[in-house]
Amino acid sequence: MGMTMTQKILAAHAGLPSVEAGQLIEADLDLVLANDITGPVAIHEVEKLNKKTVFDKNKVALVPDHFAPNKDIKSAEHCKCVREYAKEHGITNYFEVGQMGIEHALLPEKGLIVAGETCIGADSHTCTYGALGAFSTGVGSTDMGCGMITGQAWFKVPSAIKFVLTGKPAKWVSGKDVILHIIGMIGVDGALYKSMEFTGDGVANLSMDDRFSIANMAIEAGAKNGIFPVDEKTIAYMEAHSTKKYTVYEADEDAVYDAEYTIDLSKLEPTVAFPHLPENTKTVREAGGIPIDQVVIGSCTNGRMEDLRTAAAVLEGRKIADGIRTIVIPATQDIYMQAIEEGLVQTFIRAGAIVSTPTCGPCLGGYMGILAAGERAVSTTNRNFVGRMGHVDSEVYLASPAVAAASAVTGKISQPSELGL
Amino acid sequence: MKACGTVHKYGDNVDTDVIIPARYLNSSDPAELAKSCMEDIDPDFVKRVKKGDIMVANKNFGCGSSREHAPIAIKASGISCVIAETFARIFYRNAINIGLPIIECPEAAKEIEAGDTVEIDFDSGMIYDRTKGTQYKGQAFPPFMQKIIRSEGLINYINENK
Repeated sequence: MGMTMTQKILAAHAGLPSVEAGQLIEADLDLVLANDITGPVAIHEVEKLNKKTVFDKNKVALVPDHFAPNKDIKSAEHCKCVREYAKEHGITNYFEVGQMGIEHALLPEKGLIVAGETCIGADSHTCTYGALGAFSTGVGSTDMGCGMITGQAWFKVPSAIKFVLTGKPAKWVSGKDVILHIIGMIGVDGALYKSMEFTGDGVANLSMDDRFSIANMAIEAGAKNGIFPVDEKTIAYMEAHSTKKYTVYEADEDAVYDAEYTIDLSKLEPTVAFPHLPENTKTVREAGGIPIDQVVIGSCTNGRMEDLRTAAAVLEGRKIADGIRTIVIPATQDIYMQAIEEGLVQTFIRAGAIVSTPTCGPCLGGYMGILAAGERAVSTTNRNFVGRMGHVDSEVYLASPAVAAASAVTGKISQPSELGL
Repeated sequence: MKACGTVHKYGDNVDTDVIIPARYLNSSDPAELAKSCMEDIDPDFVKRVKKGDIMVANKNFGCGSSREHAPIAIKASGISCVIAETFARIFYRNAINIGLPIIECPEAAKEIEAGDTVEIDFDSGMIYDRTKGTQYKGQAFPPFMQKIIRSEGLINYINENK
């Protein structure tokens, strides 16, 4: 029986000629990740292990990004715990404030993960690296800690759902709209325990930043991982960012899928997920006009260069509506610097937005833009659960950078076409 | 191994942000996390919950973030087992890894109601609703996971096997 792309990567890392869905395996890991929230729990757990040293100091990444720069004393203690562990164990990929960025934008940018590799991270959005044709999945702190020490993790080999993407998305339609559309279609548990494998000639029409956004939100459909085939764009990205050797895996032609969906990208419209689940999607056309209080443009889903360029293209020469707080968060220092060099930061500030240093901050209701009772935000982040960005009676509407920027200008949920764009 | 207690019942897609809101993640102390467990969907939970009680929910329990703080908070609040129609995959792994027993059983998740007294036999996977007089067969763990559970979590399992 043929294997899916994910199954092939897992088989190779388990030293097996083939694997099948449901099989329990132990796989070698190429990268193990934690942040300032999950890291301290992992560090505390691994202190109980007999083996004390990490399996490979070059294959562990520790990124204080959630409540960093330290938002309060307790967060400062957590960041300190991670920093000291990294120092003690000589971990090369520890990123201090100043080098740090939002982990899932930072690690690919630093070239720490490439096609054909395996990665676990104590953060659910670790699935982002599937955009590069790697197997990567989120785990908890104990799994991460044990992976960091042993270099291995156990997996139940997932079955897969195939998403055949065709056509080219319209202007102002991005990877975010693609993944919101898919989650709206299959639901927040539509891919539970499974891989989401993206394929089809439409993939070529998606930029790497689009693919990162799509793979990033595979977890919002319950998936174990989301994965893209490796093409010219992937190779160009990896060659620009990494010196690591990559391996290209392709699904077998006779691979078995639990379900197959074909999505014509040219038919998609700017899409928004209503509170309080990412599956509550509507097109902006159906749902526009809801008044808002805040806009957040950033996060591991949409804080990349192309996201900022899109938002700036909408905000250029325009003013943010009275009373709307607009927070732009470049995901990494390199992205921040590039945004300055391209004049995007000036565009944001002239429009009336603020620009923050990289942090996960408001996405998970940490800091840098918490909502009060009754307030609404349009956000390019990935979750709109009850209380996610602040008060339990606040609301988060998930959307693309284009929709978020247009909404900032009008003060209600809008798309760029409403601004004559 | 058995558990017996009063049921706290929830619906679909109970996410880790409501199990333990991120604003409390600047702590990793189980007892402190337990004080805020379920706060955003059930503010009285921590006042009502007694040691040994059982949580029952519908589909996709524990969806969202990978925070291990979620099963840690539930366990530290006194809950002895979570029964659900399905669990989100990261929560499922985390619960096993930290030693919070969980059982997938769609029928039990559907029929058991808040306030019922429920008993669970982990060896047989049987769930008994003592209030209703009904019984259900939960999904047993595969042998690989039973080994981790017998070792009382992944840390001990690795110490014993690697």
